Amino acid sequence: MENNLLSLIIFAPLAGAAINWFVGRRVRDERFVGIVACGAVAVSTIVAFYLALKPDGALHSEAPLLDHIWTWLQVGTFHADFALAMDRLSGTYALFITFVGLLIHVFAVGYMHGEQGFYRFFAFLNLFMFAMLTLVLADNFVLMFVGWEGVGLCSYLLIGYYFDRKEAGDAAKKAFITNRIGDWGFVLGIMLTFFVTGSVSFFANPAAGEVAHTALSFFKTQPVESFTAGAILAGGATSIAVLLFIGAAGKSAQIPLYVWLPDAMAGPTPVSALIHAATMVTAGVYMIVRCSEIFVHAPTAMFIVAVIGAATALFAATIGLAQNDIKKVLAYSTISQLGYMFLACGVGAFIAAIFHVITHAFFKALLFLGSGSVIHGMHHEQDMRRMGGLKKYMPITFTTMAIGWLAISGVPIFAGFFSKDEILWRTWSAPAFGLPSTAFSKLLWGVGALTALLTAVYMTRMMVMTFWGKERFRDTHAHKQQEPDAHHGPVEPHESPWLMTVPLIVLAVLSTVGGFIGVPYALSSAFTDRNVNVLEHTLEPVVATIPPGVHAEPTSLPGEGAHAPENAPAPVPEPVAHEHSSEEISAERMLAGLSVLIGLIGIGAGWYLFSSRPLLQMPRVLENKYYVDEIYDAALIRPIEAASREGLWKIFDIGVIDGLLHGVGEVVTEMGRLARHLQAGFVRGYAAIILLGALILIGLFAYLGFPTVTP
Amino acid sequence: MEPQLSWYLALSAVLFTIGVTGVIIKRNVIAMFMCIELMLNAVNLTFVAFASFFQDVIGQLFVFIVMTVAAAEAAVGLGIIIAIFRNRESLDVDEASILKL
Repeated sequence: MENNLLSLIIFAPLAGAAINWFVGRRVRDERFVGIVACGAVAVSTIVAFYLALKPDGALHSEAPLLDHIWTWLQVGTFHADFALAMDRLSGTYALFITFVGLLIHVFAVGYMHGEQGFYRFFAFLNLFMFAMLTLVLADNFVLMFVGWEGVGLCSYLLIGYYFDRKEAGDAAKKAFITNRIGDWGFVLGIMLTFFVTGSVSFFANPAAGEVAHTALSFFKTQPVESFTAGAILAGGATSIAVLLFIGAAGKSAQIPLYVWLPDAMAGPTPVSALIHAATMVTAGVYMIVRCSEIFVHAPTAMFIVAVIGAATALFAATIGLAQNDIKKVLAYSTISQLGYMFLACGVGAFIAAIFHVITHAFFKALLFLGSGSVIHGMHHEQDMRRMGGLKKYMPITFTTMAIGWLAISGVPIFAGFFSKDEILWRTWSAPAFGLPSTAFSKLLWGVGALTALLTAVYMTRMMVMTFWGKERFRDTHAHKQQEPDAHHGPVEPHESPWLMTVPLIVLAVLSTVGGFIGVPYALSSAFTDRNVNVLEHTLEPVVATIPPGVHAEPTSLPGEGAHAPENAPAPVPEPVAHEHSSEEISAERMLAGLSVLIGLIGIGAGWYLFSSRPLLQMPRVLENKYYVDEIYDAALIRPIEAASREGLWKIFDIGVIDGLLHGVGEVVTEMGRLARHLQAGFVRGYAAIILLGALILIGLFAYLGFPTVTP
Repeated sequence: MEPQLSWYLALSAVLFTIGVTGVIIKRNVIAMFMCIELMLNAVNLTFVAFASFFQDVIGQLFVFIVMTVAAAEAAVGLGIIIAIFRNRESLDVDEASILKL
């Protein structure tokens, strides 16, 4: 279906960015800039909701909505258009991106009040929305890559928003360069996809004269590749999937490319909420789910994704335990939750991954905006050691953040519980596909469960340090006054204006009820017979399933006969024909109970540990983030710097390049030195030279004969 | 004895060589100028000799052109020489070896 409204979704924020950049900078009126920016996103939001939810909208129909804007590249059989497509997956994404984006825009109007570069901030933020929606709504890999780079650029611009602070500039560069490493993989993946399939499109578009199959549907007919390390280099689906995953790991901050995300917190807090928690960093998950058809044919790649995801989840959670900067805690939490999403992708639970993306967007945006509200109320204090007891001063922020806290910790009813539980269950019950044995999926489940525990602990620590306990900000502010750079005296924390609290409240509501879009059957069946898993029902047609019959025979371990995971294909092939054996249901319920228990234990442990001693010293190795930055510095950055300085600069640049240029200059100088004797300025010398030339000519004629022109 | 063509050509060659030598060895700019005139007239002599020998008037026409050009050249050249002399109080070309005073 062709629908030209689709382009409005992406071009409204672009127009907003242009207006703010060219007009807003002259008007310098916060009201004007804020209304333009929020209005532009509001237009996108309304159009996206209309197109996705209308009776024959993207979320209800089989065929995607298409909007062919212009033919972009057409070289031989290579065909890439500037064309948008909204199917069930990109529709779902567009909904939460526009809506959460709108809330964050509104929040930012309050948060950025009085900033010098107000117009610049909102121009970039709108530009980001444009790039992100282009990424999501692109109908081919190449346009997706344009959006992919666009969000990277906006991320760079917004992290470096405070460009007068060195750490912001450094963090921006770090984010940009780290992302380039991932993009290298993504670009190679796109090229390889084209070589293998002859297309870069996601959707068949007969109107545009596409080839018979698209880049994704090509793989439907292909056999599943073998689970061997050699498949990675074989140039087939596994190679493509691994390269695409490198791209996803860069954008979504997975090991080993996660290091940029914590530093990215140098940007303003709404940026952290929008780009580095809710939307951009989940682009990697989107890309993998979009390419799920490729991934399900590449068990090795799935295995890598699952292992990296689980490792990242646990690794980041442990670091999050020991951070003192409120935004750093949330940053590591984000990395950890992204690890969850990749774990879900790796075990084939693509819908669970998307579910967690959505709920995470709600509660993490809520937590980030809450932290922004705290920072705003505390006059730009981010260190939790100088907070405490804020509950009394910021009741709305406290209440809403508490909801976010419960949601991320996995307390039932709240959104995070359902999605996290879904991922843990899918991991537990994952067929051996892509994994050496079902025992391995149990191990991954263990990692996930441990991460859930740690998540509850560190989030409790953050809440305790911020909102409960002794009020520590007065002494520190009084103390700070003696410091030369203290620009404000002891200030009372205050609640934020309504522009900031309203988005918090909306997000808090969503964090509470958002999980009900994807209640698993095992839980809902206790109350109703209907399958209420709306999300699964919506996304099932567009997400690939692991082809039946290729589940490598699980090498069942003797001790685990009670469970039969190979009967439970992770993402079920048809929506309703999904038989829920009672055995499976009871196992899932038991695991859900277990994860509730884990969450509560985590909260309890966090409360026990930190409520009386909020400043408890955490292990140094965690506080210093396992020294990963230092290791990267020593292992990669220093050698590259040294090689560049000693090799590229001192040898190549000075020796070869400069040598070449100086050599050219010297040759010319020497020739001039010789030739200048001809130009001594003596008239008689010139006369002699003329004579000599004439004699030579005459001599030549005499010797060779006078040239005759023959007609 | 009838004058032969070769006599005229030999005289012309001698005159021309004297002119060339003079231009190269003389330092006085007036003398150099006169030598240039000598070379021109040596060529004129050749033209006239050939015109007479071949009974062709074109050679004589060339002589008129050369004389006209020589007159113009003399006017310009003498003007330059006077300007140089006024500025330098000298007619030595070797001293006028740089393009400034």
